Amino acid sequence: MEHHLLKYLREEILPTTHCPGCGCGQVLNAFVNAIDTLRIDPRGIISVTGIGCSSWIPSPYFKGDTLHTTHGRAIAFATGVKVIRPDSNVVVIAGDGDLAGIGGNHLIHAARRNVGLTVYLVNNYIYGMTGGQVSPTTPFGVVTSTTPYTNAEYPLKIAELVAAAGANYVARWTTYHIRKLIASMEEALQTKGFAFIEIVSQCPVAYGRRVGLRDGVAFMEYFKENSVSVRKSKTMSEEELEGKIVVGRLARRERVEFTESLRKIIEEQRTGTGA
Amino acid sequence: MIIIDERYCKGCSICIHFCPGKALEVSKEVNSRGFYAPKVVDQAECTSCKQCELYCPDFAIFIVEDAESADG
Amino acid sequence: MQTDRATGYLSTLAGKVQFALGDEAIAYGALFAGCTFFGGYPITPASEVAETMARELPNVDGYYVQFEDEIGSIAAVIGASRAGAKSMTATSGPGFSLMQENIGYAIMTETPCVVVDVQRSGPSTGQATKPAQADVLQARWGTHGDHEMIAFAPNSVQECLDVMIECFNLSERYRHPVVLLADGEIGHLREKLVFPDPADLDLFPRGGFDAADEAGLVEPMRAYGEGNAVHITGSTHKENGMRDVVSQDVHERLITRCCAKIDKNRDNIIRVEERFMDDAETVVVSFGADSRPALGAVVRARNEGVKVGYFRPISIWPFCGERLTQIGKRVRKILVPEMNLGQLAREIERFVSVPVVRVSKIGGVAHSVEEVYQAIIENSRS
Repeated sequence: MEHHLLKYLREEILPTTHCPGCGCGQVLNAFVNAIDTLRIDPRGIISVTGIGCSSWIPSPYFKGDTLHTTHGRAIAFATGVKVIRPDSNVVVIAGDGDLAGIGGNHLIHAARRNVGLTVYLVNNYIYGMTGGQVSPTTPFGVVTSTTPYTNAEYPLKIAELVAAAGANYVARWTTYHIRKLIASMEEALQTKGFAFIEIVSQCPVAYGRRVGLRDGVAFMEYFKENSVSVRKSKTMSEEELEGKIVVGRLARRERVEFTESLRKIIEEQRTGTGA
Repeated sequence: MIIIDERYCKGCSICIHFCPGKALEVSKEVNSRGFYAPKVVDQAECTSCKQCELYCPDFAIFIVEDAESADG
Repeated sequence: MQTDRATGYLSTLAGKVQFALGDEAIAYGALFAGCTFFGGYPITPASEVAETMARELPNVDGYYVQFEDEIGSIAAVIGASRAGAKSMTATSGPGFSLMQENIGYAIMTETPCVVVDVQRSGPSTGQATKPAQADVLQARWGTHGDHEMIAFAPNSVQECLDVMIECFNLSERYRHPVVLLADGEIGHLREKLVFPDPADLDLFPRGGFDAADEAGLVEPMRAYGEGNAVHITGSTHKENGMRDVVSQDVHERLITRCCAKIDKNRDNIIRVEERFMDDAETVVVSFGADSRPALGAVVRARNEGVKVGYFRPISIWPFCGERLTQIGKRVRKILVPEMNLGQLAREIERFVSVPVVRVSKIGGVAHSVEEVYQAIIENSRS
């Protein structure tokens, strides 16, 4: 007897390459649950990824069209795909190093354009694949392989940044909030315009062992204890929110989706009603 | 009924952590791939809440409704 | 590829005579070639390509998107191409430098696209508004790893349009990025341009691979959205597209095939122009903007009885080395006027045993006819 969601996966290359207890597998599980619930035809999904452990979530494991691109550029590649195939669900899954670090500018501008992508940023606070170097979301004061005397930088609040840039849908959840995460992934997939979820996830191997969280279970407990809802966070001071993970929906707008505007321009040229 | 797919299990124990009953425990012996996989100690403890299935990073554990309970 | 509306629109342009910029001709060449996606970022002296595409693409049911940088531009161009559109970008040296990683991605994933580099003076910001021809070797070797390259260098406004169509055809035929290595002199030159009739054009269709390559080195492209679960990766991959980054033989087979599909088809790609070669004792080899004063100087010297020939590579890569080897056996000297410090000359030296004289000029100004003429006279005295 087999798991009913294996039909969405390239079974021949399972098990995944991810480490035991890694959150990437939970995100993949949540993703196919969301697709299954919404009854989305996987043939209509094009996954675009960058470089890093989280980019391996859909590519190659999700059995749909996949474009595994260069480091940081997945959103730009995906924009080209979406413009030409507006009816496809174009999904970008990549990590904090990829989307918030090297590719941060593409993320901001895709949100500003409100291009109809679904972006799941898997934030595990670290460059895991390369062995645990500091990332743009690593907390202040943490020791990593490239901050051997502690991290002197502050982490980027990437979901708030994307919300400020103008995305139609922005949320943050952790892998602990698995049912809320699945529901949020469904909302993102159904959003016209730029939809973004920061998924706080665990890397027990390259990050957890640096901060006393040795396995996936320890992270589940940590996320449970340190998360506060968006609503509650509004009653808390910046000091009180230090080290907390604010979870929930951060933005919801109804701005016109970018490729729709492009097609409107073509239509107006065709009918002579344009500027 | 809980099914464990040993081909994919990496022994992270997240399923055991989230099981609200006492249906699962860690095996005392490693499986063929070298991991301490979970084993079902009591199917009757399973409430089909699917926490294990939803939290599993590896599609290695899932719940199927067996014929008897479906009828009942 | 082109919609009926697009073909209809382009038909209304057929035969029209324009006084146009090289950059504009490049854009129209792309439109006649069936391009429906342009991703770009403004940069002198290539911005007029983007401006023309932004204005015209909606008329052919196509899309213009300006990105946050050149890296995003080339990325989107490759994404759009994989999604089914003939796609392009246009830039100059600094942007071309930024694009190199993803040009390698297009090579590795065998994704057609056309990259226009309207060369300006560098390195770095250099003389931003002045032309140069110093990206010859960057076009060939700018991205890392073993690879071939296809690059063309037009020397007139009309040729910008004509060669652009060829760039798209070759890119689609061999599933390889193609560089149009224009220069600021030609890009900003305004001269006569005649639009073709779309009915007369022989366009290579997307996915038209049956007779593309007799050696069987180019596989048909599998389209997205048809339930094939197409996996594309810039990592080394097997024939089925799945990643394998550890097997020596998989990498060797992939890369040697990607190189062979260009190398074994050199004769189908290379284009040169030769004049006055029959009795030539000296030959002037020049390309792009600098080939114009070079031709003027050759004509003037011949009028004075100097046995000098003119050879112009229109395709820069793959290089026309074999032809130059033949020529090198019957001439005494090769002069190479170019707007760089000898990049083409360096390549020619690999193929000939006669002296190759660098006639270089940098600083944002092309050679004058007089300068090349003097070089011919100096080097023709026996």
